Amino acid sequence: MKTATGTPRPRALKRGSLPGFGLSLGITVASLSLLVLIPLAGLVFKSATLSGSEFMKAVLSPRALAAYRLSFGAAAISGVVNVVFGVIIAWVLARYRFPGRQIVDAMVDLPFALPTAVAGIALTTLYAENGWLGRFLEPHGIKVAFAVPGVVVAMIFVGLPFVIRTVQPVLLDLDVHMEEAAATLGASRLTTLRTVILPAIVPAASTGFALAFARAVGEYGSIVFISGNMPMKTEIVPLLIVTKLEQFDYAGATAIALVMLLASFALLFVINALQGRIKR
Amino acid sequence: MRFVKLTSFLVGALALTALGGTAHAQLKLLNVSYDPTRELYVDVNKAFAQQWQQKTGQNVTINQSHGGSGKQARSVIDGLEADVVTLGLAYDIDAIAEKSGRVAKDWQKRLPDNSTPYTSTIVFVVRKGNPKGIKDWDDLVKPGVNVVVPNPKTSGGARWAYLAAWGYALQKNGGDQAKAKEYVTKLYKNVPVLDSGARGSTTTFAQRGVGHVLVSWENEAYLLVNELGKDKFEIVNPSVSILAEPPVAVVDRNVDKHGTRAAAEAYLKFLYTPEGQAIAAKNHYRPRNTSVPGGQAFPKIKLFTIDQVFGGWAKAQSTHFADGGIFDQIYAPGT
Repeated sequence: MKTATGTPRPRALKRGSLPGFGLSLGITVASLSLLVLIPLAGLVFKSATLSGSEFMKAVLSPRALAAYRLSFGAAAISGVVNVVFGVIIAWVLARYRFPGRQIVDAMVDLPFALPTAVAGIALTTLYAENGWLGRFLEPHGIKVAFAVPGVVVAMIFVGLPFVIRTVQPVLLDLDVHMEEAAATLGASRLTTLRTVILPAIVPAASTGFALAFARAVGEYGSIVFISGNMPMKTEIVPLLIVTKLEQFDYAGATAIALVMLLASFALLFVINALQGRIKR
Repeated sequence: MRFVKLTSFLVGALALTALGGTAHAQLKLLNVSYDPTRELYVDVNKAFAQQWQQKTGQNVTINQSHGGSGKQARSVIDGLEADVVTLGLAYDIDAIAEKSGRVAKDWQKRLPDNSTPYTSTIVFVVRKGNPKGIKDWDDLVKPGVNVVVPNPKTSGGARWAYLAAWGYALQKNGGDQAKAKEYVTKLYKNVPVLDSGARGSTTTFAQRGVGHVLVSWENEAYLLVNELGKDKFEIVNPSVSILAEPPVAVVDRNVDKHGTRAAAEAYLKFLYTPEGQAIAAKNHYRPRNTSVPGGQAFPKIKLFTIDQVFGGWAKAQSTHFADGGIFDQIYAPGT
């Protein structure tokens, strides 16, 4: 057994240069418990009132399966769309100076601030068969409002700022000299883009994708207005949960919520792991 | 010893504040209601407050809360401090009685007419000129007709609409349940949007231009036509429909806690007085007492009740709207 003689006490070793580690960790744990862990534990307890077979019946009913497919599928599509356009918008905002740039920059955050119900009603008005855009799309057989594309459109709207706001700072930090160096070494513009710029922004873009995806999966307010809410077709998981609650089926609702929670957590975990690998 | 002193001091202080509180508190009632009754209860509250003031000298303020009937019931179960509930269907008040015990189980026997002071029914609204020639229930299942109706899982009005359609098909086919199911399945195949509440469907039909016919509460149909223009919409009365009974009840546990029972009971009884009945008629609800002004203004539609055709709400709910019930079967893959 080692004695304390000569070696500094471990406590002193751990001590950082800033005070307050104990206090701030305490606040972190307490607030996370109050705000996140206790509500989630409640979810698990409530769904535990179902027997195993009831639980499986609730979470694996054809209607629930159709809703998972729609929610996760549409969220994935909207995430990909948001990455493509989000990176382009972030690039434009970071690299070019043009009149009105600051206004565009401020507009990016609007989906954060706007109540989602307002967004849903606005999008529905726009894309309904008598709406400004809908009236040109319907004759060509393109149905957006009250169909699956409407769900994707609403998800794109609420998720867009996440990609822009994660990629933009990385682009701003990127040293232009690196690109110039690549050019002087004879790299073509495409090669520079591929080998210098893309590797730098991929981690941020994938974080943006994960955030936009998670936001889209959980979105309720705007989608219920535009989706048409048809069971098996355009019913998202959060709506199914609300529907079950309104039928006083609390346990069934929490069972589906639990599945959604676990699926989202697993997906985000995988994305984070991938990101870690890319960074290395 | 010191502990006892301290507690008695605290109890005393609490009692004093409580007394002071009630002495100064103004009498307040919360009426938790369903979606389309906003306009009705604004009128009722004004008239009742005036009458209560004359009778007792007390000022009473009545707050209103509106939303889908099922959602409102859930809020009361979860602890919303409603003094009275005025919901879209008896099943939702039954749910409050059963799940929370806040309303006595025999609530529906405490007031006349199944505790339903006014009734309504289900009618159709079509666009001006009735381009699809909608006259009766059979026209709703024709190919190419788009029908807008809310989701019976979440909307009380939608449940009445569904049951009205089922009852019509039963009568037409001599009570054949299979034929009724076939008819209702065909009907919902013609529905492009299922909003979660009655107001949502009205908006989808009127503002978004979706569908050829809206299946709606009669009072909501009148409101739509009067508000948004007789030049744009017209009401079509089907040959048969359901007698929709939106009931009312005092929330026992909450009024006893608030000390508002007398006022809450008087409030609901007011709905049955000639004055209350006239206000209901003015807002396009069918009054029980048809001799009040406006009581004769409603078209004669043959109406059946849920007890006659479905044997009450509990049975209708479990057969048609519960998970795996007939409504779910309509949307099951492969039908």
